[in-house]
Amino acid sequence: MDTRDTPEQAELRRAARRLAGQLGPKTVADLDDRTRGQRLAAAVHDAGWLELRADRDAVDGGNGGPLASGVEAAILADGLAGTVADVAFAGPTLAADLARRSGAGHDPSVAFAATPDLLGVAVVEGAVTTTTLHAVDLPAEGCTAAYVLAPTDGGYRLARVPVDTAIGAHDGADLTRRIGVIPPGAAVVEVPDQRRTLTDDDLISWTALGLALTSADLVGLMRGVLDLTVAYAAERRQYGVPVGSFQAVQHLLAEAHCLMEGSISVALHASWAVDDLEPVEARAAGRVAKAYSARAARTVCETAVQVHGGIGNTWECMVHVFLRRALLSSQWFGDDGEQLRQLELKRLGTAVGLP
Amino acid sequence: MDFRDSPAEAEFRGRLRAWLAEHNPGLPTSSTDDEYWTRQAEWHTALYDAGFFGLSWPARFGGHDLPTVFDVILDDELAAVGAPPRPSLGYLVQGITTHGSDAIKDRFLPGLISGRERWCQGFSEPDAGSDLAALRTTATRDGDEFVIDGHKVWTSYSDVADWCILLARTDPEVAKHKGLSAFAVPMDQPGIEQRPLKMINGITTEFGQVLFDGARVAAGNMIGEPGEGWRLAMTIVSHEREPGELGYVARYAKTVKEMEQAVRADPSAFRNDQREQVAWAHVQAEMLRLHVCRRLSERLDGVEHGPGGSVDKLLMTWVEQTVGTAAVTLSGSRAVLDPDDVALKVYLYSRAQSVMGGTSQIQKNIIATRILGLPTG
Repeated sequence: MDTRDTPEQAELRRAARRLAGQLGPKTVADLDDRTRGQRLAAAVHDAGWLELRADRDAVDGGNGGPLASGVEAAILADGLAGTVADVAFAGPTLAADLARRSGAGHDPSVAFAATPDLLGVAVVEGAVTTTTLHAVDLPAEGCTAAYVLAPTDGGYRLARVPVDTAIGAHDGADLTRRIGVIPPGAAVVEVPDQRRTLTDDDLISWTALGLALTSADLVGLMRGVLDLTVAYAAERRQYGVPVGSFQAVQHLLAEAHCLMEGSISVALHASWAVDDLEPVEARAAGRVAKAYSARAARTVCETAVQVHGGIGNTWECMVHVFLRRALLSSQWFGDDGEQLRQLELKRLGTAVGLP
Repeated sequence: MDFRDSPAEAEFRGRLRAWLAEHNPGLPTSSTDDEYWTRQAEWHTALYDAGFFGLSWPARFGGHDLPTVFDVILDDELAAVGAPPRPSLGYLVQGITTHGSDAIKDRFLPGLISGRERWCQGFSEPDAGSDLAALRTTATRDGDEFVIDGHKVWTSYSDVADWCILLARTDPEVAKHKGLSAFAVPMDQPGIEQRPLKMINGITTEFGQVLFDGARVAAGNMIGEPGEGWRLAMTIVSHEREPGELGYVARYAKTVKEMEQAVRADPSAFRNDQREQVAWAHVQAEMLRLHVCRRLSERLDGVEHGPGGSVDKLLMTWVEQTVGTAAVTLSGSRAVLDPDDVALKVYLYSRAQSVMGGTSQIQKNIIATRILGLPTG
């Protein structure tokens, strides 16, 4: 056992943090800077980071597994979240992973549509959709469709629905990742040239990746917001001294630091588990990571708002951008309560008794 | 990054698993029962004699010179079969290794590691808890010996100890941190009285207080130089703070497993909030297991151990108290009707975790100032 980064992983981690530091938003006003956003998106695209989960062997629809493991994908998710980098990453990565599993070629113009509760990919029976669906973490440009699943004998076929570009993508709670809308009545078209039917195990593994990436995102958010907040506490003065010299404030930040450290450990394991454990166990590892890191991130981001005081409650202060992103990353693939419920079912059996 | 066993690790795990299948003593959950503490010595020597204890320590002293990640495997397997955790004395080994002369190491480490000689740690005093350097026990030179007078308290295993690693004031003239020295003091002598201390969960065999009244120790039993006591104490407590040193991961996993079995056996007897507490305890225990994997892997780099131990201690405390609270909640009315209820004892014992080895408040001070670099007030 050796949980350290390989030299390549360490280099990828540095590269992600470097890029996120250079091109991520430094102020809330930066979120409106279109040029910066485009440069960030282009840099992530040019680095090939959106194709980590595409097939490593593109010939004949591929069957060689992904270009990179869940660990590398999580390293990038963590690095980008550290500066709340407003670039699509987890969404396109998960869409590419779905396409790879079906054996269809990678098409970067297709995102994936989530179930209404955001727990997974939407399954649509019939030729048109019947409810509003959302594509979370839609790329800012060039994405016009989203994958859904169509049930078939022994599994699922990959299909696509158009994202309504007339409505346009919008921000939800999260100001850094866009939400695409698929209104009811959207036509469901099977993706051509699929070589495999997606199995339940495919979906379980894919969910494990979703849990690992959202957990890694939460870890990056905690690291980033704590760095900001510790620096602020050391600089902001009241009663003639830095507020960070008061034990009451120090203890809040120390607890937040520990929550982040614990989250790093579970999230690393979940990212490794994606490709190295059996699907059911990989998903369980993802649930442990998500349950822990979602609770931790909520507390850490709330602490950050609190330590920033009145300033932390103004729109211009960056900390709410972290908190808002944490809300989406928690909810996407299920928050802590959802993970605990699923772990209960797995480990304790079905509840049959007391309400 | 790989959480999987290497071939050598897998071979070790297989051997350990086979041994445990035959030799699990089936002791009660530690911390809840006097029988556990009474039979702990037997367990220590059995584990040692079979070659499964002292894995990462030097072979010269009876260890196995293995990387510390082997301790993770040991904890995993102990937890899997519900065996007692490994004896927690890594911090004493580290203290003696770091500060003792070769003669001291050769004399004391083999017995400590093999379990043939039992040790306790005489640090805290009635008026020196968090403010350890305020301790008043004195060691006064008398020829080739020192004479010890003072009162130690919250001393684990003092009732069965052959030796006490004692912190005493040897120089009252200098600043309080600088006048302390450490000794290996033989416990079996007329000048020492050991009194049991009953913990809030009713256990009497873990905790004690020790009164020194003219007790004697050879000058050659000083560990480190005169005045090095504070540094030795800091080495010991910082290691004492690490879950990887303590092997408690196995203890928490064992309790969680027992709770899960109880719920599965009779699902209709439990409310949803009780189920959720058990699931959360599992998440917490898993977190600590994986955190220890990460910390011990980092040591493969030779990363020096520092204030990070305070982070680990706080995480471990949260885990222990989450598990303890889940246990007493699950037990429900039984826990309040039966004073011997195991869950009640697990819960009450868990409250000590945020005090022993340095309170949670002290850990947060250390994290804030030494890791986060916040200014001191």
